[in-house]
Amino acid sequence: MDLIISLIPLLPLAGFILIGVLNKKLPKGMVGIISNTTVLSSFIISFYLFLSFIKGADSYSTELFPWINAGGLHLGLSFMVDHLTAVMLLVITGVGFLIHVYSIGYMQHDEDYPRFMSYLNLFVFFMLLLVMGSNYVVMFAGWEGVGLCSYLLIGFWFKNTDYNNAGRKAFVMNRIGDFGFLLGMFLIYQTFSSLDYKEVFEAAKNYPKGDPTITAITLLLFVGAVGKSAQIPLYTWLPDAMAGPTPVSALIHAATMVTAGVYMVIRSNVLYMLSPFSGEVVAFIGMITALMAATIGLKQNDIKKVLAYSTVSQLGFMFVALGVGAYTTGLFHVVTHAFFKALLFLCAGSVIHAMGGEQDIRRMGGLKKYLPVTHITFLMGVLAISGIPLFSGFFSKDEILAATWVHSPLMFVVMAFTSLLTAVYMFRLYWLTFHGDFRGTHHQQEHLHESPSVMTAPLMVLAILSVIGGFMGMPHWMSEKLGVHHVFNEFVAPVIYSPKEFILSHTFDFSLLIGTIVALAAVYYFTRKMYVADKVVPEEDSETKSFQKVLANKYYVDEIYDAVIRKPLDAISEMFYKIFDINIIDGIVNGIPKVTNLTASAARMLQTGRLGIYLVVMVIGVIYLFAFKLLL
Amino acid sequence: MNNTLLIVLLWPLVSMVLSLLPAKEAAGKTAFALSLAGLLLSVYLFMGFVPANGMQQVMSYAWIPSLGISFKIGMDGISLLLIMLTNVLTPLIILSSFGRRIENPKAFYTLILLMQFALLGVFVALDGFLFYIFWELALIPIYFICLLWGGKDRVRITLKFFIYTLTGSLLMLVSLIYLYLQTPDTHTFDIDAFYQLKLSGSQQAFVLWTMFFAFAVKIPIFPLHSWQPDTYVDAPTPGTMLLSGIMLKMGIYGLLRWLLPTVPAAVNEYGFMIMAFCVAGVVYASCIAIVQKDFKRLIAYASIAHVGLISAGVFTLNSEATEGAVFQMLSHGVNAVGLFFIADILMTRLKTRNLSELGGIANNQKFFAVSFMIILLGTVALPLTNGFVGEFLLLTGIYMYHKWMAFFAALSVILGAVYMFRSYQAIMLGSRHLSDSDFSPLTISEKTVLVSVAALVVLMGIFPSVLLDTASPSVKALLSLINAQ
Repeated sequence: MDLIISLIPLLPLAGFILIGVLNKKLPKGMVGIISNTTVLSSFIISFYLFLSFIKGADSYSTELFPWINAGGLHLGLSFMVDHLTAVMLLVITGVGFLIHVYSIGYMQHDEDYPRFMSYLNLFVFFMLLLVMGSNYVVMFAGWEGVGLCSYLLIGFWFKNTDYNNAGRKAFVMNRIGDFGFLLGMFLIYQTFSSLDYKEVFEAAKNYPKGDPTITAITLLLFVGAVGKSAQIPLYTWLPDAMAGPTPVSALIHAATMVTAGVYMVIRSNVLYMLSPFSGEVVAFIGMITALMAATIGLKQNDIKKVLAYSTVSQLGFMFVALGVGAYTTGLFHVVTHAFFKALLFLCAGSVIHAMGGEQDIRRMGGLKKYLPVTHITFLMGVLAISGIPLFSGFFSKDEILAATWVHSPLMFVVMAFTSLLTAVYMFRLYWLTFHGDFRGTHHQQEHLHESPSVMTAPLMVLAILSVIGGFMGMPHWMSEKLGVHHVFNEFVAPVIYSPKEFILSHTFDFSLLIGTIVALAAVYYFTRKMYVADKVVPEEDSETKSFQKVLANKYYVDEIYDAVIRKPLDAISEMFYKIFDINIIDGIVNGIPKVTNLTASAARMLQTGRLGIYLVVMVIGVIYLFAFKLLL
Repeated sequence: MNNTLLIVLLWPLVSMVLSLLPAKEAAGKTAFALSLAGLLLSVYLFMGFVPANGMQQVMSYAWIPSLGISFKIGMDGISLLLIMLTNVLTPLIILSSFGRRIENPKAFYTLILLMQFALLGVFVALDGFLFYIFWELALIPIYFICLLWGGKDRVRITLKFFIYTLTGSLLMLVSLIYLYLQTPDTHTFDIDAFYQLKLSGSQQAFVLWTMFFAFAVKIPIFPLHSWQPDTYVDAPTPGTMLLSGIMLKMGIYGLLRWLLPTVPAAVNEYGFMIMAFCVAGVVYASCIAIVQKDFKRLIAYASIAHVGLISAGVFTLNSEATEGAVFQMLSHGVNAVGLFFIADILMTRLKTRNLSELGGIANNQKFFAVSFMIILLGTVALPLTNGFVGEFLLLTGIYMYHKWMAFFAALSVILGAVYMFRSYQAIMLGSRHLSDSDFSPLTISEKTVLVSVAALVVLMGIFPSVLLDTASPSVKALLSLINAQ
C-alpha cells in the first residue's frame, strides 16, 4: 500500500522528468501519451483509494524517507491520505487528466509543446504533494512548488514581456502569502513542538476556545491562503495570470491550485474551530472579495478576465463557508467549482482557438451556430455557476447561503446579492459570446470552426459533471424525500466535523429556492433583452464613464499597490544604496585613511629640519617634565 | 593512528608543487586533476567519519613549546562539512576558469591551491596560534589573485579589502594573545584551554568585540560590509567564488568554533544586539539588491543578505538555527559559485552584465536557462532545493529566539524573490534573439560546472539528512559546551 500511495505523486513527477529531459527528441505523440498516462494512472490509484474509503478504510500514511532532522524538528517526506485528501485527489487527478487530454489538442502546434506538457505534469506532482503531505512543511513544499509551476506556465510564452511580468507578479504576491504561512508554521512549532498534523491537532484539543496563540496561528496561516487563493488584498495576480495558455487557467487558476488555500484551512479546521475571531476574519475577507470581484466581473470584456474575476469571487464564497464553520460545504463548493469552472475555461479556450486568439467578447457574438458543442457545454457551465436549481452550483451555493443565514443575516444578504451578480455577469458573457450577430472580422468569421474531439470530449465529460455533480450533496428536504443522504458530508465526516445547525427548516429552504428561481428568471429575462433583443454591445474602453470606469479599471487596485508599495520600496532601496551605502557607510570607511593621511601630513610639518625649533621644543619638554615631577 | 585528515590538509601543498611541473598550457588541467584527487581523499575522510564521536583524528605536535604553541588539528562534523565544501568547490572553481584567458596560469592555479590549503587549515586548526596563521595565510593568495587578475580598479579596491580585513585580523590576534595570557601558568593557545577559561564579564566583552570584529568583517556583517561589493565585482570570477563560496565561511566558522564557546556570557549579553545588526543587514542588502543593474553586484548584495541570516542564526544558540547555519554555509557556497559563474558566462560572451542590456538568452540556450533557473530556485529557497533547508531551519530557530527578529529576517523570502526573478527575466526572457555567433554554446567544462551545481542544489534539498546528521551531534556538543558555562 505504501508504494501505491507514493506512486500517486511520483508518476507525474516521472512524466515531468522523462519529457523534460528528452524534450524534442520525443515524438509529439509520445509526449501526449506519457503526460496523460501518468496522470491517468494517478487518477486510477486515487479512485481505488476512494473506493477503499467507501468500504470503511480509515486513513493511510507512509514515509518516503526522513527529510529534515535538526534539533527538535523531525520532518519526514511523508504522505497521508484520509477522506479529505481522497476528495482532493479525485479532483486534481480527475479534472487534471481531462485538462491534459484537452491540452493535446490545444497546445500540439506550439513549438514548445513538450515543455508545456512537462510543466503540467510537474504541477500535478506538486499539487499532489500539497494535499498528500502529512505535515505542514510537505504541504508547504507542494504549496511553493505549484507557485513555481504557476510562474512557469503564466510566462510560458516568455518572449512576451507582459506575460513575464504577470508570472513574476504571481510569484511575488504568492510569496507575500507564503511569508505569513512560514511565520504560522514557526508559531505552530514553537507552540506544539511539532509540525505533523496528527500531533498538532491532538495537542490543540487541550487549548480553550479563543486562545490567542491559536488565533495568531490561524491568522498567519490564512495570510498564506489569501495569497494562494487570490483573496483581498492579494488577489490582483490572478486576473493577470490569464496570460498563460488557457488549459493552465483551467487547471491551475480555477480548478486546483487556487483552492489550495481553502484546502489548507479545511485541513487545519481543528485549529480554526478554536478561534471564532479568525473565523470572522476569514468570512469577512471572503465576503468582501466575493462581492468586489463580482462587481468587477460585470464590466470586463476579455472572456478569460470575466472568468478570472468569477474565480476570485467563487473562492470568496468558499472562504465565507469556511469562516462560518461550514467546512464540508466549502469543500463541496471546491469540487463543484472545479467541474464548472474548468469547463468554462476550456470552453473559452475552444472559443479563443476558433477566433484565432481573439479574447474580446465585443468582437464575438453568434458563435452558437459555429461551435455547437462548445456552446452547449458552456451553457451548462453558466447554468451551473449561476446556481440554477438542480445544476451542481445550485447545491453547493445554496448550502453556503444557508450557512451564512445561520451566522449572520446581513452576510446572507450580501452573499445572496453576490450570487445574483454572478448570474448577471455570466449571462452577459454567454449572450455576448454565443448570441447576436458576429462582430469580429470577416477573416475571423471564415475560420470559425468547432474544436477537434480531443478538446470537445473533455468538455462533454465536465459538462455532465457540472450538471449532475451536485447530487452528491442534496439539501435536507430533497434527500429526505428521496430517502438518500448527503453523501458528500457523510464521506468526509470522519475528518471534518459538519455541525447540524446548518440544516435549516424546510420553509427556509423552499423560500430560498423560490427566491432563487424568481431572481434568476429575472436575470435571464433582462440580460437576454439587453444583449440579444436590444443588441447592446459594451462600449469601447475610451468611452467608459464614471463608476463604470472604476469597475472596468478594477477599482485601480493595481495602480494603488504600485504607488503605495512598489514605488516606495524602489525609492527606499535606491536611498539605501546611493545615500546610505555608498556615501555614509563606505564614506566613513574611506574617511579613516583620509584622517590618517591628514594627521600624518600635519605631523610632518613639525619636522622642518631647523635645529632652533627642535631645541625650543626640547627645552619646553624638559621644563614640562620637571614641573610634572614637582607637582606630584 | 589515522592520518587521513592530515593528508587531506596537506594535499593542496603537494598539488601546488606538482602543478608547477608541467607546461604552462597544462597548468589548469593539472590543478583540476589534483584537486579532484583531493576531493576523493575527502570523500574517503567523510566515509570514515563517525558523527557521534565528536572531535576526531585529533593530532597534536609541539611546535613552539616555549610559547605554548602546538600544531594541533582535528575535526568534528562542522569542520568536516566545511572541508567537504572546500574540496568540492575548489575543483569546480578551477574548472570554471577553463577557456578564459589567464595570464601566467601557473601562478594563478598555484595561488588557488594555496588558498585551498589555508582554508582547510582554518577549518581544522585547534590551536589559537595555528588558527591565526592559517587565517592570515588565506589572505595572501586571494590578495594576489584579485590584484593581478582583477578588473580596472583593482589596485585601489584590493588595497582597501586587504587593509580592512587585516585590521580585523590584528584585533583577533590581540584577543587571542589576551586569551593566551589568561590561561594558567605555562600559557597555551590550545582551544580546550580557552574553553575552560573563567573570564569575568568585562573580560568576555573585550574578547567578544575584538574577535567579533575580525569575523564580522570577513563575513561581512552589516555595517562592516562596504569592502565586499567592490571586491566581489572587481575580482576575477574564481577569486569571487573563493571569497564568497568558501572564505567568508571562515568568519562564521570562527564564530562557532572560537567565539561562542569561549565567551558565552558575553554572547548572551550582546547576542541580541549583534543579531539586530545581522537582521538589519538582511533587509538592507536585499533592498539594495533590488535596484542593482550589474548582475554581479546584485549577487554580491544578495550574498550579504544571505550571510546576514546565517550569522543571525549562529547567535540564537539553539540547535535548529545552528544546524541551519551549518547547512546554509554549504548551500550558500554552492549557490554563490553557481551564480557568479552565470555572471561570468554572460560577461565572457556578451561583454556586459548590465541587466538592461541583456535579455532573450533563453530563446536559444535551453540548457543554460534551465541550470540558471535551478540555481535561482536554490537561492530563493524553494522547498526541495538546498536553500530551503537552511533558511527554514534558520528562521525557525530565530523565531524561537525572538519572533520579531524572525519577522524581519523572513522578509528576505519576499525580497529575494523580487530581485532574483527580476534579474532572471531581464537576462533570460524576452523576444530578443541571440544566435550562436552572438552567444556561443556552452563548452563542456561550463556545462559540467553548471550541472554539478544544479545537481547539488536539488540533491541537498531532497536529501539534506546526510549532511544534517553529520553535523547534528557536533552542534549539540558545541551548544552544550556554551550553555554549560
